[in-house]
Amino acid sequence: MTDRNGEATENVDATEDDADAEDDPRTAGYDEWLDAIEAGDGYALVCPSGHGSLPPRRVCPECGSTTLAREPLSDAGTVETFTVVHVPSPQFADDAPYVTAVVDAGPTRVTGVVRSDDRGGRNG
Amino acid sequence: MTDVRVAGVGLTRFGSHPDRAGRDLFATAALRAFEDAGVAREDVEALNYGNFMGALAEHQGHQAPLMAEAAGVRCPATRYESACASAGVAVREAVRTVRAGDADVVLAGGMERMTNLPTDEVTEGLAIAADDLFEVRAGVTFPGAYALMARAYFEAYGGGARGPRARRREEPRERGSERVRPVPPGGVRRRGARRAAGRGAAAPLRRLSDHGRRERLVLVSEEYATAHDLDAPVAVTGVGQRTDRLALADRAHLARTPAADDAADAAYAAAGVEAADVDVAEVHDCFTIAEVLAVESLGLADRGEGIAAARDGLTTADGDLPVNLSGGLKAKGHPVGATGGSQIAELTRILRGDHPNSEHVADAEVGVAHNAGGTVASAVVHVLEVAE
Ligand SMILES: [Zn+2]
Repeated sequence: MTDRNGEATENVDATEDDADAEDDPRTAGYDEWLDAIEAGDGYALVCPSGHGSLPPRRVCPECGSTTLAREPLSDAGTVETFTVVHVPSPQFADDAPYVTAVVDAGPTRVTGVVRSDDRGGRNG
Repeated sequence: MTDVRVAGVGLTRFGSHPDRAGRDLFATAALRAFEDAGVAREDVEALNYGNFMGALAEHQGHQAPLMAEAAGVRCPATRYESACASAGVAVREAVRTVRAGDADVVLAGGMERMTNLPTDEVTEGLAIAADDLFEVRAGVTFPGAYALMARAYFEAYGGGARGPRARRREEPRERGSERVRPVPPGGVRRRGARRAAGRGAAAPLRRLSDHGRRERLVLVSEEYATAHDLDAPVAVTGVGQRTDRLALADRAHLARTPAADDAADAAYAAAGVEAADVDVAEVHDCFTIAEVLAVESLGLADRGEGIAAARDGLTTADGDLPVNLSGGLKAKGHPVGATGGSQIAELTRILRGDHPNSEHVADAEVGVAHNAGGTVASAVVHVLEVAE
Protein backbone atom coordinates (compact mmCIF):
# COMPACT_ATOMS: atom_id res chain seq x y z
CA MET A 1 0.00 0.00 0.00
CA THR A 2 1.03 3.57 -0.35
CA ASP A 3 0.31 6.49 1.87
CA ARG A 4 -0.80 9.93 0.83
CA ASN A 5 2.70 10.87 -0.13
CA GLY A 6 2.78 8.01 -2.56
CA GLU A 7 5.62 6.27 -0.80
CA ALA A 8 5.63 2.68 0.29
CA THR A 9 4.64 2.45 3.92
CA GLU A 10 5.19 -1.25 4.41
CA ASN A 11 8.28 -1.70 2.31
CA VAL A 12 11.01 0.08 4.16
CA ASP A 13 13.70 -2.31 2.97
CA ALA A 14 13.06 -1.43 -0.63
CA THR A 15 13.53 2.24 0.22
CA GLU A 16 16.85 1.49 1.86
CA ASP A 17 17.97 -0.56 -1.14
CA ASP A 18 17.16 2.38 -3.36
CA ALA A 19 19.22 4.61 -1.15
CA ASP A 20 22.20 2.28 -1.32
CA ALA A 21 22.06 2.38 -5.09
CA GLU A 22 22.46 6.15 -5.17
CA ASP A 23 25.51 8.27 -4.52
CA ASP A 24 23.46 10.30 -2.08
CA PRO A 25 20.67 8.96 0.07
CA ARG A 26 17.25 9.83 -1.24
CA THR A 27 14.68 11.57 0.89
CA ALA A 28 11.44 9.65 0.60
CA GLY A 29 8.59 11.79 -0.62
CA TYR A 30 10.80 14.70 -1.58
CA ASP A 31 12.91 12.98 -4.22
CA GLU A 32 9.86 11.34 -5.79
CA TRP A 33 8.35 14.79 -5.96
CA LEU A 34 11.48 16.15 -7.63
CA ASP A 35 11.39 13.32 -10.14
CA ALA A 36 7.77 14.14 -10.89
CA ILE A 37 8.65 17.81 -11.41
CA GLU A 38 11.42 16.81 -13.82
CA ALA A 39 8.96 14.60 -15.70
CA GLY A 40 6.49 17.46 -15.96
CA ASP A 41 4.10 15.83 -13.53
CA GLY A 42 4.62 18.04 -10.50
CA TYR A 43 2.03 17.82 -7.78
CA ALA A 44 1.02 19.23 -4.44
CA LEU A 45 -0.79 17.54 -1.56
CA VAL A 46 -4.18 19.11 -1.00
CA CYS A 47 -6.59 18.68 1.91
CA PRO A 48 -10.41 18.74 1.55
CA SER A 49 -10.35 22.44 2.46
CA GLY A 50 -8.05 23.17 -0.45
CA HIS A 51 -4.84 23.89 1.45
CA GLY A 52 -1.84 22.88 -0.64
CA SER A 53 1.48 21.67 0.74
CA LEU A 54 4.54 19.77 -0.43
CA PRO A 55 5.71 16.25 0.49
CA PRO A 56 6.67 14.44 2.61
CA ARG A 57 3.63 15.44 4.64
CA ARG A 58 1.00 13.56 6.64
CA VAL A 59 -0.95 16.44 8.14
CA CYS A 60 -2.24 19.59 6.48
CA PRO A 61 -0.13 22.33 8.08
CA GLU A 62 -2.98 24.81 7.84
CA CYS A 63 -5.94 22.87 9.23
CA GLY A 64 -4.62 19.57 10.54
CA SER A 65 -6.52 17.35 8.13
CA THR A 66 -4.90 13.97 7.52
CA THR A 67 -6.75 13.49 4.24
CA LEU A 68 -4.30 14.63 1.61
CA ALA A 69 -4.65 13.97 -2.11
CA ARG A 70 -2.32 14.79 -4.99
CA GLU A 71 -3.29 17.62 -7.29
CA PRO A 72 -1.20 18.80 -10.22
CA LEU A 73 0.96 21.88 -9.91
CA SER A 74 0.59 24.42 -12.63
CA ASP A 75 3.31 23.92 -15.23
CA ALA A 76 3.81 27.66 -15.53
CA GLY A 77 3.12 29.66 -12.41
CA THR A 78 2.98 33.34 -11.64
CA VAL A 79 6.16 34.81 -10.17
CA GLU A 80 5.20 36.46 -6.89
CA THR A 81 8.70 37.58 -5.98
CA PHE A 82 12.26 36.82 -7.04
CA THR A 83 15.85 37.69 -6.25
CA VAL A 84 19.19 37.53 -8.00
CA VAL A 85 21.63 35.74 -5.70
CA HIS A 86 25.22 36.91 -6.08
CA VAL A 87 26.67 35.40 -2.89
CA PRO A 88 25.65 31.75 -2.88
CA SER A 89 26.21 28.95 -0.43
CA PRO A 90 29.11 26.68 -1.49
CA GLN A 91 26.98 24.14 -3.35
CA PHE A 92 25.71 26.89 -5.66
CA ALA A 93 29.13 28.47 -6.19
CA ASP A 94 29.22 27.62 -9.89
CA ASP A 95 25.71 28.91 -10.53
CA ALA A 96 25.88 32.47 -9.19
CA PRO A 97 24.50 34.83 -10.10
CA TYR A 98 21.23 33.01 -10.37
CA VAL A 99 17.57 33.84 -9.95
CA THR A 100 15.47 32.32 -7.19
CA ALA A 101 11.74 32.93 -7.36
CA VAL A 102 8.61 32.20 -5.39
CA VAL A 103 5.96 31.09 -7.83
CA ASP A 104 2.24 30.62 -7.35
CA ALA A 105 1.84 27.16 -8.86
CA GLY A 106 -1.83 26.63 -8.14
CA PRO A 107 -2.47 24.54 -5.03
CA THR A 108 0.66 25.95 -3.37
CA ARG A 109 3.61 28.22 -3.94
CA VAL A 110 6.94 26.74 -5.00
CA THR A 111 10.40 28.25 -4.49
CA GLY A 112 12.96 27.47 -7.16
CA VAL A 113 15.82 28.50 -9.37
CA VAL A 114 14.69 30.08 -12.63
CA ARG A 115 16.73 28.69 -15.51
CA SER A 116 17.08 30.39 -18.83
CA ASP A 117 17.27 27.08 -20.70
CA ASP A 118 13.88 25.89 -19.48
CA ARG A 119 11.08 25.94 -21.98
CA GLY A 120 9.49 29.34 -21.92
CA GLY A 121 11.66 30.45 -19.04
CA ARG A 122 14.04 33.35 -18.83
CA ASN A 123 16.47 34.87 -16.45
CA GLY A 124 15.03 37.36 -14.00
CA MET B 1 2.96 35.90 39.90
CA THR B 2 6.14 37.81 40.52
CA ASP B 3 7.45 40.75 38.60
CA VAL B 4 10.64 40.00 36.69
CA ARG B 5 13.52 42.44 36.91
CA VAL B 6 16.62 42.76 34.79
CA ALA B 7 19.19 42.89 37.56
CA GLY B 8 22.19 43.33 35.33
CA VAL B 9 23.53 43.07 31.81
CA GLY B 10 26.89 42.30 30.29
CA LEU B 11 28.06 42.52 26.72
CA THR B 12 31.28 41.98 24.89
CA ARG B 13 32.31 44.47 22.26
CA PHE B 14 30.65 44.02 18.91
CA GLY B 15 33.08 43.18 16.21
CA SER B 16 35.33 40.49 14.90
CA HIS B 17 36.94 38.15 17.41
CA PRO B 18 38.10 35.33 15.17
CA ASP B 19 40.76 34.28 17.66
CA ARG B 20 38.61 33.97 20.76
CA ALA B 21 36.74 30.79 21.61
CA GLY B 22 33.03 31.10 22.23
CA ARG B 23 33.41 29.94 25.80
CA ASP B 24 35.91 32.73 26.51
CA LEU B 25 33.63 35.38 25.01
CA PHE B 26 30.70 34.04 26.95
CA ALA B 27 32.59 34.10 30.22
CA THR B 28 33.57 37.72 29.68
CA ALA B 29 29.97 38.79 29.17
CA ALA B 30 28.71 36.73 32.08
CA LEU B 31 31.21 38.18 34.54
CA ARG B 32 30.26 41.68 33.42
CA ALA B 33 26.58 40.86 33.91
CA PHE B 34 27.18 39.61 37.45
CA GLU B 35 29.23 42.67 38.28
CA ASP B 36 26.51 44.93 36.87
CA ALA B 37 23.78 43.04 38.71
CA GLY B 38 25.43 42.71 42.07
CA VAL B 39 24.16 39.14 42.15
CA ALA B 40 26.24 36.25 43.46
CA ARG B 41 26.99 33.57 40.89
CA GLU B 42 26.01 30.83 43.33
CA ASP B 43 22.46 32.19 43.40
CA VAL B 44 21.89 31.36 39.73
CA GLU B 45 19.33 28.59 39.40
CA ALA B 46 19.25 28.21 35.62
CA LEU B 47 21.25 29.14 32.54
CA ASN B 48 19.28 29.74 29.36
CA TYR B 49 21.71 29.95 26.48
CA GLY B 50 20.94 30.94 22.91
CA ASN B 51 23.12 29.74 20.05
CA PHE B 52 22.36 28.90 16.44
CA MET B 53 25.33 27.68 14.45
CA GLY B 54 27.94 26.67 16.98
CA ALA B 55 27.94 23.13 15.68
CA LEU B 56 29.10 24.49 12.32
CA ALA B 57 31.23 27.44 13.42
CA GLU B 58 33.07 25.79 16.28
CA HIS B 59 32.28 22.13 15.73
CA GLN B 60 30.76 22.24 19.16
CA GLY B 61 27.38 20.88 20.02
CA HIS B 62 26.02 20.59 23.55
CA GLN B 63 27.28 24.05 24.40
CA ALA B 64 25.14 24.84 27.44
CA PRO B 65 27.22 22.86 29.97
CA LEU B 66 30.35 24.40 28.49
CA MET B 67 28.97 27.90 28.95
CA ALA B 68 27.84 27.16 32.51
CA GLU B 69 31.34 26.15 33.51
CA ALA B 70 32.82 29.09 31.60
CA ALA B 71 30.55 31.48 33.49
CA GLY B 72 31.19 29.75 36.80
CA VAL B 73 27.62 28.76 37.53
CA ARG B 74 26.41 25.35 38.71
CA CYS B 75 22.82 24.92 37.65
CA PRO B 76 20.72 23.29 34.94
CA ALA B 77 21.93 24.76 31.65
CA THR B 78 20.03 24.52 28.38
CA ARG B 79 20.74 25.70 24.87
CA TYR B 80 17.86 27.29 22.97
CA GLU B 81 17.92 27.28 19.18
CA SER B 82 15.43 29.28 17.13
CA ALA B 83 17.83 30.57 14.49
CA CYS B 84 18.30 34.33 14.91
CA ALA B 85 15.69 34.35 17.68
CA SER B 86 17.64 31.87 19.83
CA ALA B 87 18.59 34.30 22.58
CA GLY B 88 15.21 36.02 22.56
CA VAL B 89 13.56 32.68 23.12
CA ALA B 90 16.10 31.86 25.84
CA VAL B 91 15.25 35.10 27.62
CA ARG B 92 11.53 34.54 27.23
CA GLU B 93 11.83 31.14 28.88
CA ALA B 94 13.89 32.70 31.66
CA VAL B 95 11.17 35.28 32.24
CA ARG B 96 8.56 32.53 32.36
CA THR B 97 10.66 30.49 34.78
CA VAL B 98 11.03 33.39 37.21
CA ARG B 99 7.43 34.43 36.80
CA ALA B 100 6.27 30.90 37.55
CA GLY B 101 8.25 30.92 40.77
CA ASP B 102 10.55 28.11 39.66
CA ALA B 103 13.65 30.25 40.12
CA ASP B 104 14.60 33.60 41.60
CA VAL B 105 17.74 34.12 39.51
CA VAL B 106 18.31 33.05 35.90
CA LEU B 107 21.28 33.83 33.69
CA ALA B 108 20.11 34.23 30.09
CA GLY B 109 21.64 35.30 26.82
CA GLY B 110 23.50 33.98 23.86
CA MET B 111 26.76 33.64 21.99
CA GLU B 112 27.55 33.28 18.34
CA ARG B 113 30.96 33.04 16.74
CA MET B 114 30.84 33.67 12.99
CA THR B 115 33.84 35.61 11.79
CA ASN B 116 36.12 32.60 12.03
CA LEU B 117 34.38 31.17 8.96
CA PRO B 118 34.74 32.33 5.34
CA THR B 119 31.75 34.10 3.83
CA ASP B 120 30.50 31.17 1.78
CA GLU B 121 30.45 28.90 4.82
CA VAL B 122 28.66 31.51 6.91
CA THR B 123 26.18 31.89 4.06
CA GLU B 124 25.62 28.16 4.12
CA GLY B 125 25.36 28.11 7.89
CA LEU B 126 22.78 30.89 7.99
CA ALA B 127 20.79 29.35 5.16
CA ILE B 128 19.95 26.29 7.22
CA ALA B 129 17.50 28.42 9.17
CA ALA B 130 15.36 28.06 6.05
CA ASP B 131 13.62 24.92 4.80
CA ASP B 132 16.45 22.70 3.54
CA LEU B 133 14.39 20.74 1.04
CA PHE B 134 12.24 23.45 -0.44
CA GLU B 135 14.32 26.60 0.04
CA VAL B 136 18.02 25.91 0.57
CA ARG B 137 18.13 23.34 -2.24
CA ALA B 138 16.24 25.87 -4.34
CA GLY B 139 19.07 28.36 -3.95
CA VAL B 140 17.68 30.42 -1.10
CA THR B 141 20.27 32.12 1.09
CA PHE B 142 19.49 34.21 4.14
CA PRO B 143 19.97 37.51 2.29
CA GLY B 144 18.14 35.97 -0.65
CA ALA B 145 15.10 35.17 1.46
CA TYR B 146 14.86 38.73 2.76
CA ALA B 147 15.34 39.99 -0.79
CA LEU B 148 12.30 37.91 -1.76
CA MET B 149 10.37 39.62 1.03
CA ALA B 150 11.68 43.05 0.06
CA ARG B 151 10.58 42.69 -3.52
CA ALA B 152 7.18 41.41 -2.44
CA TYR B 153 6.86 44.44 -0.13
CA PHE B 154 7.86 46.88 -2.84
CA GLU B 155 5.34 45.34 -5.19
CA ALA B 156 2.59 45.50 -2.58
CA TYR B 157 3.29 48.94 -1.16
CA GLY B 158 5.90 50.58 -3.37
CA GLY B 159 9.07 52.12 -2.06
CA GLY B 160 12.10 50.37 -3.43
CA ALA B 161 12.73 48.02 -6.32
CA ARG B 162 13.65 50.48 -9.00
CA GLY B 163 16.31 48.52 -10.79
CA PRO B 164 15.79 47.51 -14.40
CA ARG B 165 15.09 43.95 -13.30
CA ALA B 166 12.17 44.95 -11.13
CA ARG B 167 9.05 43.59 -12.74
CA ARG B 168 5.61 44.40 -11.52
CA ARG B 169 2.98 41.78 -11.05
CA GLU B 170 0.48 43.91 -12.88
CA GLU B 171 2.39 43.48 -16.12
CA PRO B 172 0.39 40.63 -17.62
CA ARG B 173 2.93 39.68 -20.26
CA GLU B 174 5.30 38.64 -17.52
CA ARG B 175 2.84 36.31 -15.94
CA GLY B 176 2.54 32.62 -16.43
CA SER B 177 5.80 32.37 -18.24
CA GLU B 178 8.31 31.07 -15.73
CA ARG B 179 9.43 27.55 -15.16
CA VAL B 180 11.06 27.07 -11.82
CA ARG B 181 13.32 24.27 -10.71
CA PRO B 182 13.55 23.33 -7.08
CA VAL B 183 17.20 22.28 -7.60
CA PRO B 184 20.03 23.75 -9.62
CA PRO B 185 21.55 22.03 -12.64
CA GLY B 186 24.03 19.47 -11.43
CA GLY B 187 22.39 18.83 -8.09
CA VAL B 188 23.22 20.13 -4.68
CA ARG B 189 26.41 18.35 -3.68
CA ARG B 190 29.00 20.32 -5.54
CA ARG B 191 31.18 22.49 -3.42
CA GLY B 192 33.19 25.53 -4.33
CA ALA B 193 35.30 28.14 -2.63
CA ARG B 194 34.07 31.34 -4.19
CA ARG B 195 34.28 34.24 -1.79
CA ALA B 196 31.86 37.10 -1.60
CA ALA B 197 32.48 39.91 -4.01
CA GLY B 198 31.90 43.47 -2.90
CA ARG B 199 28.49 43.67 -4.47
CA GLY B 200 25.04 43.01 -3.17
CA ALA B 201 24.48 39.55 -1.81
CA ALA B 202 21.00 39.12 -3.25
CA ALA B 203 19.22 41.75 -5.28
CA PRO B 204 17.57 44.06 -4.28
CA LEU B 205 19.56 43.93 -1.05
CA ARG B 206 23.10 45.18 -0.63
CA ARG B 207 25.70 43.94 1.76
CA LEU B 208 26.87 45.81 4.83
CA SER B 209 28.34 43.73 7.59
CA ASP B 210 28.00 40.80 9.91
CA HIS B 211 29.96 39.94 13.00
CA GLY B 212 30.12 38.18 16.32
CA ARG B 213 29.19 38.95 19.87
CA ARG B 214 27.75 37.53 23.04
CA GLU B 215 25.72 39.00 25.83
CA ARG B 216 24.27 38.03 29.18
CA LEU B 217 21.39 39.11 31.35
CA VAL B 218 20.75 38.32 34.98
CA LEU B 219 17.00 38.11 35.52
CA VAL B 220 15.67 38.06 39.06
CA SER B 221 12.33 37.98 40.77
CA GLU B 222 11.09 41.19 42.31
CA GLU B 223 11.28 39.50 45.72
CA TYR B 224 14.95 38.63 45.21
CA ALA B 225 15.71 42.18 44.07
CA THR B 226 14.02 43.59 47.17
CA ALA B 227 15.62 41.10 49.56
CA HIS B 228 19.09 41.83 48.20
CA ASP B 229 18.54 45.57 47.84
CA LEU B 230 19.35 45.45 44.12
CA ASP B 231 19.19 48.48 41.91
CA ALA B 232 17.07 46.88 39.19
CA PRO B 233 14.59 49.45 37.94
CA VAL B 234 13.69 47.74 34.66
CA ALA B 235 11.04 45.02 34.57
CA VAL B 236 10.10 42.63 31.81
CA THR B 237 6.35 43.09 31.88
CA GLY B 238 5.24 41.21 28.79
CA VAL B 239 6.52 38.50 26.50
CA GLY B 240 5.05 36.97 23.35
CA GLN B 241 6.31 34.29 21.02
CA ARG B 242 4.71 32.92 17.87
CA THR B 243 5.65 30.42 15.18
CA ASP B 244 4.81 30.51 11.49
CA ARG B 245 5.42 28.08 8.63
CA LEU B 246 9.18 27.65 8.13
CA ALA B 247 9.31 28.31 4.39
CA LEU B 248 8.61 31.85 3.26
CA ALA B 249 6.52 30.57 0.35
CA ASP B 250 4.11 28.94 2.79
CA ARG B 251 3.25 32.13 4.69
CA ALA B 252 -0.06 33.92 4.51
CA HIS B 253 1.80 37.07 3.42
CA LEU B 254 5.14 37.44 1.64
CA ALA B 255 5.23 41.15 2.48
CA ARG B 256 4.28 40.86 6.13
CA THR B 257 5.47 38.93 9.19
CA PRO B 258 2.34 37.46 10.80
CA ALA B 259 4.24 35.68 13.58
CA ALA B 260 5.64 39.01 14.76
CA ASP B 261 2.17 40.60 14.54
CA ASP B 262 0.84 37.98 16.92
CA ALA B 263 3.88 37.91 19.21
CA ALA B 264 3.59 41.68 19.62
CA ASP B 265 -0.13 41.45 20.38
CA ALA B 266 0.58 38.82 23.04
CA ALA B 267 3.41 40.82 24.62
CA TYR B 268 1.41 44.04 24.70
CA ALA B 269 -1.59 42.25 26.20
CA ALA B 270 0.56 40.65 28.89
CA ALA B 271 2.10 44.00 29.78
CA GLY B 272 -1.20 45.85 29.61
CA VAL B 273 0.17 48.37 27.12
CA GLU B 274 -0.57 49.32 23.53
CA ALA B 275 1.67 50.17 20.63
CA ALA B 276 0.91 53.84 21.23
CA ASP B 277 2.50 53.56 24.69
CA VAL B 278 5.89 52.48 23.32
CA ASP B 279 8.62 55.09 23.75
CA VAL B 280 11.58 53.28 22.25
CA ALA B 281 12.17 50.05 20.33
CA GLU B 282 14.92 47.62 19.47
CA VAL B 283 13.95 45.67 16.36
CA HIS B 284 15.48 42.85 14.38
CA ASP B 285 16.83 44.72 11.36
CA CYS B 286 19.11 42.04 9.96
CA PHE B 287 18.23 43.69 6.64
CA THR B 288 16.67 47.09 6.05
CA ILE B 289 13.42 45.51 4.93
CA ALA B 290 13.32 43.60 8.21
CA GLU B 291 13.06 46.84 10.19
CA VAL B 292 10.24 47.97 7.91
CA LEU B 293 8.33 44.75 8.51
CA ALA B 294 9.13 44.87 12.24
CA VAL B 295 7.80 48.36 12.92
CA GLU B 296 4.61 47.42 11.07
CA SER B 297 4.21 44.20 13.06
CA LEU B 298 4.76 46.10 16.31
CA GLY B 299 2.02 48.54 15.34
CA LEU B 300 4.48 51.43 15.33
CA ALA B 301 3.68 52.16 11.66
CA ASP B 302 0.67 51.34 9.50
CA ARG B 303 0.88 48.71 6.76
CA GLY B 304 2.90 50.01 3.90
CA GLU B 305 4.09 52.99 5.96
CA GLY B 306 7.04 51.32 7.65
CA ILE B 307 9.17 51.98 4.59
CA ALA B 308 8.82 55.72 5.21
CA ALA B 309 9.20 55.69 9.02
CA ALA B 310 12.94 56.30 9.09
CA ARG B 311 12.93 58.61 6.08
CA ASP B 312 10.22 60.75 7.67
CA GLY B 313 12.14 60.94 10.91
CA LEU B 314 9.69 59.05 13.10
CA THR B 315 12.16 56.32 14.07
CA THR B 316 15.46 58.20 13.99
CA ALA B 317 17.34 58.98 17.20
CA ASP B 318 15.65 62.36 17.51
CA GLY B 319 12.26 61.17 16.27
CA ASP B 320 9.14 60.58 18.30
CA LEU B 321 9.85 56.85 18.44
CA PRO B 322 13.54 56.03 18.21
CA VAL B 323 14.21 52.57 16.81
CA ASN B 324 17.52 50.82 17.39
CA LEU B 325 19.39 53.37 19.44
CA SER B 326 21.85 50.52 19.94
CA GLY B 327 22.72 50.87 16.28
CA GLY B 328 20.68 47.88 15.25
CA LEU B 329 21.79 44.61 13.77
CA LYS B 330 23.30 45.98 10.59
CA ALA B 331 25.31 48.63 12.34
CA LYS B 332 26.63 46.61 15.26
CA GLY B 333 26.66 43.15 13.71
CA HIS B 334 24.25 40.27 13.99
CA PRO B 335 25.67 37.33 15.90
CA VAL B 336 22.52 35.42 15.17
CA GLY B 337 22.10 33.28 18.28
CA ALA B 338 23.04 36.17 20.60
CA THR B 339 21.14 39.05 19.05
CA GLY B 340 17.85 38.67 20.91
CA GLY B 341 19.57 38.92 24.28
CA SER B 342 21.69 41.87 23.26
CA GLN B 343 18.55 43.77 22.28
CA ILE B 344 17.14 43.34 25.78
CA ALA B 345 20.45 44.17 27.40
CA GLU B 346 20.77 47.40 25.44
CA LEU B 347 17.12 48.30 25.90
CA THR B 348 17.58 47.82 29.65
CA ARG B 349 20.47 50.26 29.63
CA ILE B 350 18.55 52.71 27.46
CA LEU B 351 15.65 52.69 29.93
CA ARG B 352 17.97 52.84 32.95
CA GLY B 353 19.60 55.89 31.47
CA ASP B 354 23.16 54.59 31.35
CA HIS B 355 23.31 53.76 27.63
CA PRO B 356 25.39 56.13 25.48
CA ASN B 357 22.20 56.95 23.56
CA SER B 358 19.84 57.22 26.53
CA GLU B 359 19.80 60.98 26.14
CA HIS B 360 17.56 60.63 23.10
CA VAL B 361 14.79 59.12 25.22
CA ALA B 362 15.40 60.59 28.63
CA ASP B 363 11.79 60.14 29.75
CA ALA B 364 11.17 56.75 28.17
CA GLU B 365 9.20 54.33 30.31
CA VAL B 366 8.10 51.64 27.86
CA GLY B 367 10.42 49.82 25.49
CA VAL B 368 9.82 46.93 23.15
CA ALA B 369 12.29 44.40 21.74
CA HIS B 370 11.49 42.44 18.57
CA ASN B 371 13.62 39.40 17.73
CA ALA B 372 12.99 37.22 14.67
CA GLY B 373 14.23 33.81 13.58
CA GLY B 374 14.84 32.92 9.96
CA THR B 375 12.43 34.83 7.77
CA VAL B 376 10.25 35.32 10.86
CA ALA B 377 9.03 31.76 11.19
CA SER B 378 9.95 32.49 14.82
CA ALA B 379 9.17 35.79 16.49
CA VAL B 380 9.60 36.82 20.10
CA VAL B 381 8.67 40.22 21.54
CA HIS B 382 9.51 41.56 24.99
CA VAL B 383 8.02 44.63 26.67
CA LEU B 384 10.31 46.31 29.19
CA GLU B 385 9.15 49.04 31.54
CA VAL B 386 10.73 51.28 34.12
CA ALA B 387 9.15 49.90 37.26
CA GLU B 388 10.38 52.37 39.81
ZN1 LIG C 1 -6.04 22.00 5.27
